Amino acid sequence: MTDATMTHAQTPGGSLPRRSLSRRVLPYAMLSPAVIVTLAIVFLPMVQTAWMSLHEYVLFRPNKFDWVGLQNFRTALADEVFWISLGHTVIWMAATIPAQLLLGLATAMLLNQHFPWRPLARALIIIPWALPSVVIALMWVWIYDSNYGVANEFLLRLGLIRQAIPWLADPDTALGAIILTLTWQGFPFFAVMLLAGLQSIPKSYYEAASIDGASAWRQFWHITLPGISGVMMTAVLLRLIWVANSFDVIFVMTGGGPGYATYTLPLYAFVKARTNLDFGYGSAIAVLFTMLLMVVVVIYLRRTGKAVE
Amino acid sequence: MALRRPSTLRRILTVDLPMAAILTFTLGPYLWMFLTSVSNEDTLFTEGPSLAGATFANYVRLFETVGFGANLIDSLIVSAGTVAVGLSLSVTAAYAFSRFNFPGKRLLMLQFLLINMFPLVLLILPLFVLFRVLGLLDTHAALIIANSTVAIPFSIWMMVSYMNGIPRSLDEAAMTDGCTRLQALVRVVLPLCLPGIIATGIYIFITSWNEYLYALTLGGRNVRTITVAVQTLIGEYEVQWGLLTAGGITGALPATLLFLLVQKRLISGLTQGAVKG
Repeated sequence: MTDATMTHAQTPGGSLPRRSLSRRVLPYAMLSPAVIVTLAIVFLPMVQTAWMSLHEYVLFRPNKFDWVGLQNFRTALADEVFWISLGHTVIWMAATIPAQLLLGLATAMLLNQHFPWRPLARALIIIPWALPSVVIALMWVWIYDSNYGVANEFLLRLGLIRQAIPWLADPDTALGAIILTLTWQGFPFFAVMLLAGLQSIPKSYYEAASIDGASAWRQFWHITLPGISGVMMTAVLLRLIWVANSFDVIFVMTGGGPGYATYTLPLYAFVKARTNLDFGYGSAIAVLFTMLLMVVVVIYLRRTGKAVE
Repeated sequence: MALRRPSTLRRILTVDLPMAAILTFTLGPYLWMFLTSVSNEDTLFTEGPSLAGATFANYVRLFETVGFGANLIDSLIVSAGTVAVGLSLSVTAAYAFSRFNFPGKRLLMLQFLLINMFPLVLLILPLFVLFRVLGLLDTHAALIIANSTVAIPFSIWMMVSYMNGIPRSLDEAAMTDGCTRLQALVRVVLPLCLPGIIATGIYIFITSWNEYLYALTLGGRNVRTITVAVQTLIGEYEVQWGLLTAGGITGALPATLLFLLVQKRLISGLTQGAVKG
């Protein structure tokens, strides 16, 4: 039932054309402030990025803005660092998302049980999510500190390592150390989303299953997993997009180093523009990265588009 | 009752203990940071962080010598400004999405969703160039505009979900009594979804407070938010972990407290769409 169709139904033949017109225009009028502002501060700048990527534009020569066509993109595809960064982006997402999902699922299932301090646990579990990424980076740099960090001390006492490891300064461990940090930051998101999914499964399903003698594992496999698969898919897609986009934690923790050991694509684009002031090339990398990411975004939008209807 | 006993023990082993372990992993780093920040600087590196001889000297130094107070005010202005812009622009838009059907509705809604999906690097480079031309670099306005790119679409989506929860019959009743559409929105719908609006506003506040990359790129000497100040500390006071962690705690505290305050309402708003979808 829409307002527009209701009006039509009430006024056959358009006997009240002015009122009907204003009814039809009203939603657009109400939307226009938000739409106009987002056009100005989001879509226009995006077009500008695409435009910059087709030019040679280095900020310390601001008057030089030469059309180079696809040259920046050709340079990127032949650029070793581009492929290294792309590789890290893939490894990073392939490791972080499943880790976050599994830990989040375990947490959600625990939070779905009955125990006395459940409300407290549910409130505290989301704290990492509310912390500024800079603070997260700071505290994990302190934990990983090679001389005084608690990670080394802990592992030394347990006898798992023989000597202190400079986690963030060693190219072999830096990416792994950051993956752990991001898992810590992101799993509460999964826990919260999946808990909402778990709570939407009717209790009677489990009761019926246990009367029929289904084991806990079979109940999990045949009731729980299908029940939360929708939320899980949405959460994974949202998280993929979010994790791929965010690079602030890496930027503060290692700045991409040592060497190129923790470079990811958005970080590379940002560093190119910020440090080398090469906005043309930086934009080209940003555009390439966006195009890759759009595959995930389109899948997500298709799902949500159905829900909107 | 007799049957309950073994199940309590079993519950502790299978639920309480694993939950406690996960919570330790979750809160450990934060508590460790707090412990470091109140430890005595003299013994920090010899004996490690400890509560013995706890001191707030690092916090005093943070405000007196490093000047964290000014950074807190900058963050406050930027975050409050973003909340004002984000909420005021999205109220009418959310109402339109929630109450009308019109050609292009789905496209427009998806457009707002799409904005949140675009990588930040795609926006940060042109905004820097744009603000440089306009002379807006290193102003509060620049950071408010940049944060609004995220805040507007987010608050539209949140408010649509809250407004959908309020029956349309209420608007219709108000309009039968002689209200116009806008009056129905202001007098009936807005007061009813006020809790949701407050939660959305607080969430925008938190994300703007926590935002770092825009603040770093578009801010500067005059406008330095708390997150940039914390990062600058890491560079300047490299091994003074007492001071650094005090900065971290100070930077995180407002957002953490606000979040705990509204987490229930916020999460129900955030997950509603996902569970249905």
